[in-house]
Amino acid sequence: MSNIAIEFDDLGHAYKPGHWVFQKYQAEVPHGSIFALLGPNGAGKTTLLKALLGALKPTAGKIAIEGRTALVPQLFQVTFDYSVLDMVLMGRARQVGLFSQPSAQDEEAAMDSLNRFGMADFARHPFHELSGGERQLVIFARALVSEAEILILDEPTSALDLRNQIKVLDWITRLSHEDGLTVLFTTHHPHHALAVADNALLMLGGTKYASGPAHDVLSEENLHTLYGVEIKHLSFEHKGEQHETLIPVLP
Amino acid sequence: MTEMTIVAKTLPVTPIPMKLSDKWFGWAIPLLLDVGVLVAVLASLCIGAYPMSFGQAARIVMHLAWPGPLPANPPWSVKEITVVQVIRLPRVLLATLAGLGLGISGTALQAMMRNPLVGPDIVGVSSGAAFGGVLAMLWDFSPAGIIGLAFCGGMLAMACTFSLAKLSEADTDSMIQILAGVFIGAFFLALIDLIKHLANDAQLPTMAYWLLGTFVGADAKKVAMIAVPTLCAGAVLMTMRWRLNLLSLGDIDAKTLGMNVAMLRWLIIGLVSLIVASQVAVSGLVGWVGLVVPHIARMLVGPDHRRLLPTAGLLGALFVLSLDDLTRALLKAEIPVGVLTALVGTPVICFLLWKSQGKGWGCE
Repeated sequence: MSNIAIEFDDLGHAYKPGHWVFQKYQAEVPHGSIFALLGPNGAGKTTLLKALLGALKPTAGKIAIEGRTALVPQLFQVTFDYSVLDMVLMGRARQVGLFSQPSAQDEEAAMDSLNRFGMADFARHPFHELSGGERQLVIFARALVSEAEILILDEPTSALDLRNQIKVLDWITRLSHEDGLTVLFTTHHPHHALAVADNALLMLGGTKYASGPAHDVLSEENLHTLYGVEIKHLSFEHKGEQHETLIPVLP
Repeated sequence: MTEMTIVAKTLPVTPIPMKLSDKWFGWAIPLLLDVGVLVAVLASLCIGAYPMSFGQAARIVMHLAWPGPLPANPPWSVKEITVVQVIRLPRVLLATLAGLGLGISGTALQAMMRNPLVGPDIVGVSSGAAFGGVLAMLWDFSPAGIIGLAFCGGMLAMACTFSLAKLSEADTDSMIQILAGVFIGAFFLALIDLIKHLANDAQLPTMAYWLLGTFVGADAKKVAMIAVPTLCAGAVLMTMRWRLNLLSLGDIDAKTLGMNVAMLRWLIIGLVSLIVASQVAVSGLVGWVGLVVPHIARMLVGPDHRRLLPTAGLLGALFVLSLDDLTRALLKAEIPVGVLTALVGTPVICFLLWKSQGKGWGCE
């Protein structure tokens, strides 16, 4: 087993011949690390994510994935009103045979996972009645019970209030550091990427991209090129610890 | 200047604790429905011009199911056993099996297409199977030939529906799939009209009455024709019922959870086509059951397909059997059951639509 969980090799995709959404992308995501994917609207984040999940065949290059993946989609909506426990139990799909039903052990594993995220009391609640932040935690619990090694999150903090954003970012860090999961997430918040990601990929469109350690890639210059706005990098001390963040400068 | 006080509040979300008994309580309704179907089958045997008591019908059925040495003075007359064995039991079993199959296939389709507004008649599979059936009638095929061509027609219609949706490059959009089903269904209905136009004077009335959906003319052969495909395909679907939960999440999500979505989808399409084809081959177009029954079942046991699929099957059996009893018992001139299912199904689905306002279809 190599140290690389995900590798983009000369990756490119064009919906129409010659009209490349992105081209010649090269990036590596080491096992157990956190990887952030940033780019303005239309830069091809969703296309790249679809290619990563196997829902779209890239026009050029290849993606190598080593490990089981689990997806945490943006704004998770379900057609049918499943309970929270039913939702988490679905994470056991790989462990349950095609013509079998989940066993008592599978239900126990689902409850344990819910318990870990502090959601066990909501096991019988309808999933759609939960708040956005609670839903994210349930989907995290589902990913954990699926024994996935790679977690892919599509804008996990969008549509969440500040408290839930912090909660989700905290869980991303814990799942990577405590459980050894590889996490790849897309975001519109550079400060979130700077706070938790080890590596980042900035999608500038076409053949332009910046990839590498998050601290280096998320520079004021790169972010200005990416979004066309002034973004300042700030360092400060809080409770004896050194912190860094990025804030946009309003015109 | 006014001083502002900030009060930190935690919004209360009442936790519902897990209870072991819930697991068993959830199965109480399907178990009750099991008993209900059994009672309805026996009660249906008492309905008709020749009067018969419930006990007598039960005794005859017991004797037919477990034939032993006949007592010197059997507690039933030859007329009674003939009425049950030759006339009523085949029809009752036919209606029960048709309802069972339609309830199961409608539920499976709704999960697979992630849309509670689909049924075998909406996605074109019923029209495709009916086209196969009338074509077999035109060519004077045997009953086995009718079921074979009906199956091919049903599969062809489903394949066309999914291919058309794929062509639009929005094949994961359930609304596109429904529209494709409506178009394909309309196409096969036009083909049915064409066959009717080509049929001779002897074939046309049979085709027309058969298409309306009826259990008239039920016999043991027809029962076998529907029982074998429905029970076999239904049993396979039952073993995969938990997978329907996963399929209903959408292709990408199901795929990342480790499922072979394409293989599972085609397997379900094949099984559903087989069930619907066998129903259409023996009793014509019986619409609305596969659309309405899953909704009612969902209201009773919730959306988890582990409980929903058996419940919808049993409820479908009860629904079709009751409507067939109604046509036999109350109405002098027998109305085809397909007409009655549409007459009852439309207001029921309208009521459900009104009831689910603002909540979304899946949240009954």
